[in-house]
Amino acid sequence: MATSMPGVLGSFDHIDGACDAIRELKASGHKDLTVYSAAPSHELEEAIGDPVSPVRLFTLIGGLTGCGAGFGAAIWMSRDWPLLVGGKPIAAIPPYVVIGFELTILIGALSTVAGIIILSMMKSLKGRPYHPRFSDDRIGVFVPCGADQAATVEKLMTQHGSVEVSRDA
Amino acid sequence: MAVIAHDPSLPTQTHAEVTRDVVKTITDPPTRGYYILAGTMAFLTLVLFVTLGALLKYGIGLAGYQPPIMWSVYITTFVFWVGIGHAGTLISAILFLFRSRWRTAVYRSTEAMTVFAVMTAALFPIIHIGRQWVFYWLLPYPNQRFLWPNFKSPLLWDVFAISTYLTVSSTFLMVGLVPDIAAVRDHVSGWKKKLYGMLSLGWTGADSQWRHYSRAYLYLAALCTPLVLSVHSVVSWDFAMSIVPGWHGTIFAPYFVAGAIYSGVGMVLTLIIPLRKVLKLEHMITDYHFDNLAKLTLLTGSILFYAYAMEYFVAWYSGSPFEQVTFWRRAFGPNWWAGWSMIICNAFVSQLLWFPKIRTNMASLFVISIFINIGMWFERYVIVVSSLSNDYIPYAWGTINPTWADWCILAGSFGWFGLWFTLFYKNFPIVAIQEIKEMIPMPRRKAPAGGH
Repeated sequence: MATSMPGVLGSFDHIDGACDAIRELKASGHKDLTVYSAAPSHELEEAIGDPVSPVRLFTLIGGLTGCGAGFGAAIWMSRDWPLLVGGKPIAAIPPYVVIGFELTILIGALSTVAGIIILSMMKSLKGRPYHPRFSDDRIGVFVPCGADQAATVEKLMTQHGSVEVSRDA
Repeated sequence: MAVIAHDPSLPTQTHAEVTRDVVKTITDPPTRGYYILAGTMAFLTLVLFVTLGALLKYGIGLAGYQPPIMWSVYITTFVFWVGIGHAGTLISAILFLFRSRWRTAVYRSTEAMTVFAVMTAALFPIIHIGRQWVFYWLLPYPNQRFLWPNFKSPLLWDVFAISTYLTVSSTFLMVGLVPDIAAVRDHVSGWKKKLYGMLSLGWTGADSQWRHYSRAYLYLAALCTPLVLSVHSVVSWDFAMSIVPGWHGTIFAPYFVAGAIYSGVGMVLTLIIPLRKVLKLEHMITDYHFDNLAKLTLLTGSILFYAYAMEYFVAWYSGSPFEQVTFWRRAFGPNWWAGWSMIICNAFVSQLLWFPKIRTNMASLFVISIFINIGMWFERYVIVVSSLSNDYIPYAWGTINPTWADWCILAGSFGWFGLWFTLFYKNFPIVAIQEIKEMIPMPRRKAPAGGH
C-alpha cells in the first residue's frame, strides 16, 4: 500500500454507496478521482461522468487506412506487373474487395488495441494506491488531496459505507 | 434474490466466489491425468513435426497425392481446422453484440479453441505447398524479380483471410484476458505474481482503463463479426471459384459458414463437457449453457441438412451431366462411405437435438459431438477428394490412397491443437472472470428506486 501520491483511499462493498460518495466528492470540488472495480458498471460510469471514450476514432481511422491500403496495394501491385488474363481489367475491383475488407478489419482491430493502450497511458496511475480486493469484489475510490482535506474526505467515505479507509497525506 | 436464482443465465455466485473458483483451476496442482493428457498431446505434436521433417527431406510425394487428386488429406484437414475456429468468434463476438447472456460462461474456452484451431489450420497450406521453405512467396513483398502475387486468386485471398483471422482472434482473446490475468495476479504469490503481473500489463481496473477498454471491446466484437463470416466464405471460394464439378456452386459461402459453425460448436462440446468436470466448474458451466450450445448445433446442423439436400437438387436441376455424375458418385461411387458418413453424422445425428433430454444429457451430447467432428472431417474429404476424383474426362478419373504421412500429419494436428489447449486451460482463466462478474448485481445498501 505504499504510495507516493497524497490522498485518501476508500473501499466499498456496496455499489450505491460508492456511487453516492463519488457524486458527493465531485460536487465538493474534488477532481482526478480514481475508481477501481473488478468489472465495468454503467452505474459507476454515470457517477464518474466521463465522456464517451475516443477509442472509436482509432477504430475508424485504422479501418479506413486498412481499406485504402488493401485496395491501394492490390491495384498498384497489379499495375506494377501487369498480367492480362482473359481480357479482364488489370486492376479489377470485385476480387480486390476481399483484400480491402480483410485489411480494414486487420488494421481496424490492431489500431483499436493501440487506442486502448495509448488512451489508458494518457492518465498515469503511478503512485496511486491499489488493493488486490479491487480485482475481486470491492470498489475502490482514491481521492488525491492534501492533509487539510483528508479528514473531511475520510468522513464522507465512511458516511457512504466505506468499509476501509486509508490515508496517505 | 429469488428472481435471480430462477434466471439460469445469471450466475449464482458472488464476485469473490467467481474469482476463487476460476483462480483455483490455475493454482491447483496439475493431476496425474493432466500430465498424461499433456504428454500424449506432446507426443502427437512430435509425430507432426517428425513427419513434417520427412516431408521436407523427401518431398510431398510421401503423401498419397496422385493425379487428378492433388488436394487431399492436408487440404481436407486445413478446412476442417479453419471450420473449428469459427464457433469461438461466433460465440465471443456475435453473441456479445446480441447481448446473449449464456455465452459468458463458455466464450473464453471457445475463443481459445478458435485461436489454437486457426494456428493448426495455418500449418496445412504450408505443409501442402511442397517447398515449405519458400512459403513467404505467398505474401506480397518487394523482391528482386519485381513480382507480386496474383490478387485475383482466391488462394491469395485465403492467405489474407486466414492471417487476418489468426491475428484478430488472438488479439481479441488477449484483450479479453487482461483483466482476468490481473485478477489471477492478485491471488497468487512469488514468481507467479511477477509473471501474471507482467502479462496483466499494469491492469488495475481503474475507471480510466475500463472507460476505453469497454468501448474498444465493443468495436473489436463489431469488427470480428463480419470477419468470422468472411473467412470461411473466402475458404469456400478456394473451391467455388474453380470450374470443378461439385465445387462450382454459388451456395458454397453460406454452406461453408454454417458447416464451420456447426463443426466448431461440435468441438466446443467435445472439449468443455470433460473440462468442466475436471476443473470442477459444473456450477458455472451448467446444463443451461449446454442446452443453448446444443440449440446452436441444431440450427447450424439443420442449415447444413438443407445445404446437402440443395447441393443434390442443384446438381440434378442444373442439367449438367458432369455435376450429376459427381453427385451420383458421391453417394454410390468409390467414396460412397465418405459421402454417407457425412450425411449421417451431420444432417441426421444433429436432428436428435430436437429432444430437450438429449440436449441436457452430457453423455449423449458428448457422443453426438464426436459424430459431428468425424462427420465434418468427412464433409471436407468428400468436397475436396471426391470432386477432384471425377473431372470432366472419365479417362482422368482416379482415386487416392492416403499414406502414413497423411495420417501422421492428421493425428499430429490434433496433438498440436490439444497441447496448446491443455497448456492454456491450466495456466489462464478458462472462464471469463470479469464478464461473469459484470452479470452479477453488486450488493447495495438500499433497494434501488423503481425496482431496477
